[in-house]
Amino acid sequence: MRYIDPHMHMVSRTTDDYQRMALAGCVALTEPAFWAGFDRSSAQGFFDYFRQLTEYEPKRAAQYGIKHYTWLCINPKEAEDPVFAKEVIALIPQFLNQPNVLGIGEIGLNKNSRNEMTILEAQIDLAAKHSQLILVHTPHLEDKLKGTRLIMDAIAAHGRIEPGRVLIDHVEEHTVKPVLDRGYWAGMTLYPDTKCTPQRAADIFETYGNERMWINSAGDWGSSDPLAVPKCHQELLRRGHPAAFVEQVSFGNPVKFLSQSPRFKPPA
Amino acid sequence: MSAPTYTCPMSRKQVVDAYFLEHRAKLLDLAAFLDRLERADPQGESAEDFRVAALRKAVAILDDGKPDRARRVLESFSDPSTAPIPKAPMKGALGAYDGGAR
Repeated sequence: MRYIDPHMHMVSRTTDDYQRMALAGCVALTEPAFWAGFDRSSAQGFFDYFRQLTEYEPKRAAQYGIKHYTWLCINPKEAEDPVFAKEVIALIPQFLNQPNVLGIGEIGLNKNSRNEMTILEAQIDLAAKHSQLILVHTPHLEDKLKGTRLIMDAIAAHGRIEPGRVLIDHVEEHTVKPVLDRGYWAGMTLYPDTKCTPQRAADIFETYGNERMWINSAGDWGSSDPLAVPKCHQELLRRGHPAAFVEQVSFGNPVKFLSQSPRFKPPA
Repeated sequence: MSAPTYTCPMSRKQVVDAYFLEHRAKLLDLAAFLDRLERADPQGESAEDFRVAALRKAVAILDDGKPDRARRVLESFSDPSTAPIPKAPMKGALGAYDGGAR
């Protein structure tokens, strides 16, 4: 079954992963900018990273027939130094017209601190000024519920962002309903230990439906599974959900949301 | 009174057949974890770790007869405060709210 993995950190994955994803039916993916596992020592480090995301990684993906898109930002884990973060934000506009850039992301919060909020607000404003889609990272574990509320309030307070142009990622059972109720799109990340399993994602679909929702693997440098999305397909089909339901979750919905960016070209 | 809505396409028997052994194993993992804790030297710590206390509180939710257990378990582990904190104390998360100790 063809699918889109709308949240993968391919700079951290091997070429073998591209091959396995292509064999499993992946036709496109989107890669948000994120934390490298260590703090970068200069804004120039981000400049090089943004070049990697916009120039090099699309070529690597294309070798396996996968269309590569990206989102640019400074992630909330490196937002505790607002002066540094603003230097990085100033680099972003020059990359926004690259053909694979879909918007600003993954922005959000990590520990729900005041500096993280400042940088979140600056990047919401950047998205608004440049008419960009937004991909939101919500905090981990005990910080997720509070952080999700703060993020939604910050977007609403900005006043110029339509909720339908924002996808709030890493939702779980305690955050999915408020996200959908406020008109945002919701992403479920299939990730060992700290986010959703394929089974729980299937449960959430059965509870809240599959409108304005997608699933992703968020495969990165940590323990994660680049084939988590097809494994969730398998779980949904095993339960008796029709193939059309799965296709909507993993292809139709991503195409619908991402097509709000003029740079996204729906796979044939 | 309206009839209940069943949104899982499997029958209840099929759900048990498909998932019972997996969750039996997970329950045993939890039991063994609690046993392992008791075999470990507390090294003078008299109070239970806040994460274990949160786990025990969450376990009680599983069998309280009310719906939305997964949502309520996640809420029980969550920071209930609403204002941003002054400064991030670390990058990671611990899995349970420590009452604002950090």
